[in-house]
Amino acid sequence: MEALILNFFQWFWNLFGLWDVIWPWFQHIWPLVWSIMRIVAILVPLILGVAYLPYFERKVIAYMHVRIGPNRVGPLGLLQPIADSLKLMFKEVLFPAKASTKLFIFGPIVALAPALIAWAVVPFADGWVLADIDAGVLFLLAVTSIGVYGIIISGWASNSKYPFLGAMRATAQMISYEIAMGMALVAVLMVSNSLNISEIVRVQDQGRFADMGLSVLSWNFIPLLPMFLVYFISGVAETNRAPFDVVEGESEIVAGHMVEYSGMTFALFFLAEYANMILIAFLASIFFLGGWLSPVGFLPDGHHWLAAKVSFLLFCFLWFRATFPRYRYDQIMRLGWKVFIPICITWILVVGVWMMSPFNIWK
Amino acid sequence: MEFKTFVFYVVAAILVFAALRTITARNPVHAALFLVLAFFSMAAIWMLLQAEFLAIILIMVYVGAVMVLFLFVVMMLDIDIERLRHRFWSYLPLGAMIGLLMVAEMALVLSGTYFSAAALPGQTMPEGYSNTKELARLLYTDFVYPFELASVILLVGVIAAVMLTLRQRKDTKYQNPSEQLAVKRNDRVRLVKMATEKDLPAEPEVKEGGQ
Repeated sequence: MEALILNFFQWFWNLFGLWDVIWPWFQHIWPLVWSIMRIVAILVPLILGVAYLPYFERKVIAYMHVRIGPNRVGPLGLLQPIADSLKLMFKEVLFPAKASTKLFIFGPIVALAPALIAWAVVPFADGWVLADIDAGVLFLLAVTSIGVYGIIISGWASNSKYPFLGAMRATAQMISYEIAMGMALVAVLMVSNSLNISEIVRVQDQGRFADMGLSVLSWNFIPLLPMFLVYFISGVAETNRAPFDVVEGESEIVAGHMVEYSGMTFALFFLAEYANMILIAFLASIFFLGGWLSPVGFLPDGHHWLAAKVSFLLFCFLWFRATFPRYRYDQIMRLGWKVFIPICITWILVVGVWMMSPFNIWK
Repeated sequence: MEFKTFVFYVVAAILVFAALRTITARNPVHAALFLVLAFFSMAAIWMLLQAEFLAIILIMVYVGAVMVLFLFVVMMLDIDIERLRHRFWSYLPLGAMIGLLMVAEMALVLSGTYFSAAALPGQTMPEGYSNTKELARLLYTDFVYPFELASVILLVGVIAAVMLTLRQRKDTKYQNPSEQLAVKRNDRVRLVKMATEKDLPAEPEVKEGGQ
């Protein structure tokens, strides 16, 4: 791929006979240019996905409610996201009096940035990854744990009571579920024997069932089913989605830490929420559903399998929202601390004993 | 100048600035956030030293967990800076002495290796060397007993912290989820069977005209 694009550059500049003039200095900045091109290739589809996910959310929930959903802007309402983003862009950004202006702007940025940085280590297919680093899982956990600062900073900088209380509530929920998510991943790390995310996917293509051509049975979600459920449910709670969306609540806390935000600053929170949803769907598919692997041996592996799994998990996010009533706040905390964490610890123990026993299936 | 050296100086400058602002910022929340920035810069420097495991763990543990809880506390407290500065001069000699002691200790540690830098192992690691794996191997083989001991001490700390702050209040209202879940419909709802209509004594029929 890299050589192909380089050849294209050479052909393009040779049209003007300038390649020999440019190449001596261009070869020094080429690695940088190549990295930026790959980053753009990841971020542009991501931003488009983030723009269209709310549209699909509205459509899916509408059909589940036997409504039609957005259908005014463009055919089938397909231009609705563009209209929404234009509206948000042209709205005035208000600053509350006596708010800490610098931190007020900094908050939404910190909320969004980790959601984008994490994509550096996400593999889309074998070898299709921006940074194939050995400590990939650790990097992910570290980067995603920063996102909570966006909420806590914006809640404090708004200098207002509802945002502050909302931020406290959201932060407590997010750091509680981060623990459960991290522990669920510990079991994955144990069976994969690697912290490299691409390697974790490759390990799921090994074993008796994979040799028989049924790779679907050797994916992590079968031996680690409790961990998969804990990871995905914690992911829903971590992104503050229904039924755990107590961050917002018209009758109690209004819009939580986002009360004072308007226009583009609000849009950043919105972007961060949906980017995090897509990220969680990707990670759950990679860690538990075999990433880019095809479920059966006679079909080739490829990024389309990952896309299919991610779409299904994203649909689940929307499905949950249309199906379940919200949790009460103390029940959310109980679920995280008293149910999920004990399940994780028990299953880590089970997996440890399993791996040491003669029934080890991960050799 | 090598690019790595340039990165080091930029990050080090940010680190020194953030550390200074941590102790000079008037607002305690700003000070805590500058401390977060200092942790980040420190992690970057460790990354330059090829200690990627420690760098990532620094971000995960200190930035992702410890500082969030710290910010919680700092935001909740009503800290009056003026009152804290009230006895600044009386505390100064003690503080200065501790500071000097720390500088002296660091100087002792650093001077030992600084002047014999050539004796240190080479900076570049072989291809495929995994910092994380190496650390894990050491922790679970050579240092397994100290490691397990440390984790037990931490567990004791966790339980002690919970026990010290757990106050059983008599007037707290709380729900017992298992009791809530065990509720049957019959405990809450009673269906009463009754006739939907009741026959009234026959009234004299009123003849209506039209429809």
